[in-house]
Amino acid sequence: MRSILDTISAKIRSKRTLNGLKIDEHKVQPLSIDVHSNMIVPYLKVGFAQSIGKQREHNEDSLYVFNTTIISNNILSQFGLYIIADGMGGHQYGEIASNVAVRTLAKGLIKKIYLPILSSLSFPDQNTVEEIFRETVREANREIIHFAPGGGTTLTALLILGSRLTIAHVGDSRSYIIGENGNTKLLTRDHSLVNRLVELGQITNYEAAVHPQRNVLYRALGQGEPFEPDINTTTLTESVYLLLCSDGLWGTLPETEMINTVLASQDLQATCNTLIDAANDAGGSDNISLILIKHSGE
Amino acid sequence: MGAVYRARDLHFPNVTKHVAVKEMIIQTHDPTVRSTIVRNFEREANLLATLDHPSIPRIYDYFTAQNRSYLVLEFINGKDLEAILDEQTVSEEQIVRWAIQICDVLHYLHNHQPEPIIFRDMKPSNVMVNQHDRIILIDFGIAKPFETGQKGTMIGTEGYSPPEQYRGEASQLADIYAFGATLHHILTKQDPRIEPPFSFSERPIRKINPNVSPELEAIVFRALQYNPEERFPNALAMKEALVTLATHKNITTADLENISLVRSDGTTINPYWTFSCTDEVRGSATIYEGTILFGSYDKNLYALDAKSGNLRWSYQCDGGVVSKPIVVDGNVIFGSEDQRLHVVNLRSGRINWTQYTNGPIRSSPYYAEGHIFIGSDDGCLHAINFMTGRTTWQLESGAAIRSTPVVSEDFIFFGNEMGDFYCVDFKSNVKWHFKAKRAITSSPATANHNIFFGSVDGNLYALNNHTGWVNWRLRLGKPTISSPFLLNELLFTGATDGNIYCIDTRSAKIVWRFSTEHQVTGSPIIHKDRLYCGSVDGNFYCLDSHTGKLIWKYKTGGPITATPTAFGDQVYIGSTDHKFYSLSA
Repeated sequence: MRSILDTISAKIRSKRTLNGLKIDEHKVQPLSIDVHSNMIVPYLKVGFAQSIGKQREHNEDSLYVFNTTIISNNILSQFGLYIIADGMGGHQYGEIASNVAVRTLAKGLIKKIYLPILSSLSFPDQNTVEEIFRETVREANREIIHFAPGGGTTLTALLILGSRLTIAHVGDSRSYIIGENGNTKLLTRDHSLVNRLVELGQITNYEAAVHPQRNVLYRALGQGEPFEPDINTTTLTESVYLLLCSDGLWGTLPETEMINTVLASQDLQATCNTLIDAANDAGGSDNISLILIKHSGE
Repeated sequence: MGAVYRARDLHFPNVTKHVAVKEMIIQTHDPTVRSTIVRNFEREANLLATLDHPSIPRIYDYFTAQNRSYLVLEFINGKDLEAILDEQTVSEEQIVRWAIQICDVLHYLHNHQPEPIIFRDMKPSNVMVNQHDRIILIDFGIAKPFETGQKGTMIGTEGYSPPEQYRGEASQLADIYAFGATLHHILTKQDPRIEPPFSFSERPIRKINPNVSPELEAIVFRALQYNPEERFPNALAMKEALVTLATHKNITTADLENISLVRSDGTTINPYWTFSCTDEVRGSATIYEGTILFGSYDKNLYALDAKSGNLRWSYQCDGGVVSKPIVVDGNVIFGSEDQRLHVVNLRSGRINWTQYTNGPIRSSPYYAEGHIFIGSDDGCLHAINFMTGRTTWQLESGAAIRSTPVVSEDFIFFGNEMGDFYCVDFKSNVKWHFKAKRAITSSPATANHNIFFGSVDGNLYALNNHTGWVNWRLRLGKPTISSPFLLNELLFTGATDGNIYCIDTRSAKIVWRFSTEHQVTGSPIIHKDRLYCGSVDGNFYCLDSHTGKLIWKYKTGGPITATPTAFGDQVYIGSTDHKFYSLSA
């Protein structure tokens, strides 16, 4: 599928002043149109779903989805922000913690990254996305300590800016990248005691799944300072699915089942619903949240 | 919640006697929780009252008033290790001295009668150093007598805690582990509270701080064993290991001074040959078909036989040559402070043509698409047609360009002394522009759609070469003008903080760093798994590129600001001592 790739550089070329300054086209992606379908590529699509599960009385998971595309002046600019937070504690502070985490992070990132893009289609180059991300996750951590003392939450957030994916992660929610050929990679590392013991070869995966302390996290939001989220950036060059989910999904369904369901997807939303049903059929022992994203690549 | 106050004891009105008053605010209204907190507080007071050791603060009194409880303790005039860690780098000798004292006090606690006491909260912020350089353990809030076989709840500071503490077990071996974790933190400056638990063995000390001796690393790692029975059996055994190291270290310290001209296998480093100029050699050399080419501030470009060091020819300009020459179609191309780009025949050393810019040239040429691209102090990037010697275009950047342009994927990348970084196409159209806070003298390197360079603003930048977006930036200690060298996923560079860094370009994390004794303004190169780099301290270093471990160093007579060149089994470097060296790689 060859597209007419008209890099708009010709149009915006040479606005430079004497100092050779001032030009903004690097801030955006070239726009291309698929001749056959008139569909704009690259595209960004999303589905999501949530369920309380079958055994819990409270839903302590929070979820946030923000999927935008701006096409103006032949310039395509995509911004996606997807967050899942799984509150802990059992009492109401778990719900508050995940709620505060998601809202604080979304508010901060929209304000510091997205609004500058909207106002000028320019990218804030004084701080990298990673730095803003880190700073905002830390802010969320402080807010939780303030508003939900004793409460804690996991937080996994994906931020897509064009073809660049930045992930911030704390706790044991997960994010998978699934290629169309089925190649799957876990983008996050569970900050759980049992995962650590598995990594150290002290226990097996099977022992981890039934370990009495399988819910103990060694890193979570709301648990004091010092605090450091995992932040990573990758470039999405090929068409991929991104699956973001709480342990209510990955802890209940085998990985192969999740991946095969995603690969068979005709419609992202329907796939999300299918996965929720499957997790509930398998017991629904915990709250279940998931977000499924399809990114077309560069 | 609580605080520690410095107070004056008014029972002694005629002298100033300071005491520390530790306050605990009880916030709960639940009477059961409240009485538990008060009981714990009183337990700490009673425990301290039974202890008598120079590394344990004396207790004078305790009392509870309304919802606050207080301990009146000996005032310690000093700082805790966490504060010291933030402010300064502590020598290994100093750390070993402190560690021996900590073993002493742990041994005292663990052998307390009638019952051993487990400190249970060993971490840098609970270890103070007073004005006499004595270690004092503070915060006995959770220390408790050890009752064999009894399970407790999980307390202590995560990150420093041993694995068995998660199972609710705490013995003296838990203190040994937490002490190992404390030493690991001090030696690496990596806070274990933000690293995965029990990950010390994945983060070997010497990989992070190669200045630590292997002996000390081994002691810390024994203390940090996952299985308690593999650690030191007690604090005394650990102390003995440290004392042996201290004794041994007096010998090895002297040995370290003598390493300069000696390889690790004992053979001496001698240059294959040296070549003397009449002024400093600050530029980098190029080797081409057995000829080594380099410029000097004596205004000459020299062509030597790379094997023997014999002069083939020299070419004189009207200004110093710091530009690194390149060879294109039998011609040597370089810039000079005489404002000209020179093109000289490689065989004869005769002039072919020159082209003027409007300022001294300190940048080096880059050849692509039939053109030579070079920066000048006149602020322009010049594109000069190689066949005709005519200027095709010049692009005004606003400040002197000393960084060497690089061409990648049909775009030209370069920085200038105002901190501007440009991506321009072959027709001089600016594709994107990036602004650093201070000068970019460092020449960019490119790989995997990324462009890497350092800046005098103290950052190392990785930009996307299509968009100019910052993929990451890494704050180095000090400004850098060194040009990055890329190998696979690793980046090597120097900085004026005196370090040579190895950085993982995927994660922007420092893999290792090596400290030289002065600024590193030249750039490192890698040749056959070895890193070669000069320093303003005058030494030319050869390091293991995987670990940053010193293999050998060679002392020249002046600061080294040039970048080395390597070919086959020889490595070449110029120095401000006016000499050019060929050493065995």
